[in-house]
Amino acid sequence: MDTEGLKLVAAAIAIGIGAIGPGIGIGLIGGRALEAMGRNPEAESSIRTTMILAIAFAEAVAIYALVISLIIKFT
Amino acid sequence: MLHISIKAEKLFDIFGFPVTNSLIATEIVLIAFFILAVWGKNHFIVRWITHSLYSFFETILHDKTALFFPFLGSLFLFIIFSNWFGLLPGVESIFLKEGRGSIPLLRGTTADLNVPLALAILTFIVIQWSGIKYVGLRQYLKKFINLKNPMSVFVGFLEIISEFSKIISFAFRLFGNIFAGEVLIAVIAFLIPILASFPFLALEIFVGFIQALVFSMLTAVFLSTAMAKEH
Repeated sequence: MDTEGLKLVAAAIAIGIGAIGPGIGIGLIGGRALEAMGRNPEAESSIRTTMILAIAFAEAVAIYALVISLIIKFT
Repeated sequence: MLHISIKAEKLFDIFGFPVTNSLIATEIVLIAFFILAVWGKNHFIVRWITHSLYSFFETILHDKTALFFPFLGSLFLFIIFSNWFGLLPGVESIFLKEGRGSIPLLRGTTADLNVPLALAILTFIVIQWSGIKYVGLRQYLKKFINLKNPMSVFVGFLEIISEFSKIISFAFRLFGNIFAGEVLIAVIAFLIPILASFPFLALEIFVGFIQALVFSMLTAVFLSTAMAKEH
């Protein structure tokens, strides 16, 4: 396999594996936030704020993987 | 063939200063923002947006909201305008012939790493400044350099790293999301030219809003933690 093909495979693997962890994390965050909202509907707005914040942190990890794969792909 | 470029492309030079397609889009967004700020400030929609933004930041910053709202609000509005500007028809789809290839005339503002990086550095400076101002220089530096015991030296070292990693994570979160969205839309439009990219456009409108919200909300949260007195 030549270097170009290996680069494509490497980029795909980087984002593919890198998206697993944040996917699980975001699912857990969303599920727990829904549970909390169901138990305490009055606190919905503050729970939503915290949930979006936590999702942003979890998602940042996937973005790092994306950046790595973009760097592999385009340089 | 599909045209994807990770960096903004240079269109022409003005006195040796390279003008990229992203810079032109940024100028258009800035002018639109300026017009809205000067002539639209009393329109009820603008007032409603600023009011709801204010009450949103009030839940995070409490009594310091009035001081930081000009910064946070303009951060939110500028990011949301530039995210949505990249989705308008014509952006990334009108091409100019340049040498052998062709380059798009306009490119989304935040799809160029320079803009998120500049915003992230600005945010970083504001966070540090507010920490020094409201906690006091000596007390604030104590968080980073603490020679009481080896453990606190190590924790201080970690704190320094986490402060600087804020710049990287701010910049790459915004850039990565918006750039990935543009690549997604380009790829879908390339695979199925008719109607298939519509749901992804709707998703990108939502993502643009969420990213603007996340950027300004994280800034507010970091500001409030920087200003909190240590126990």
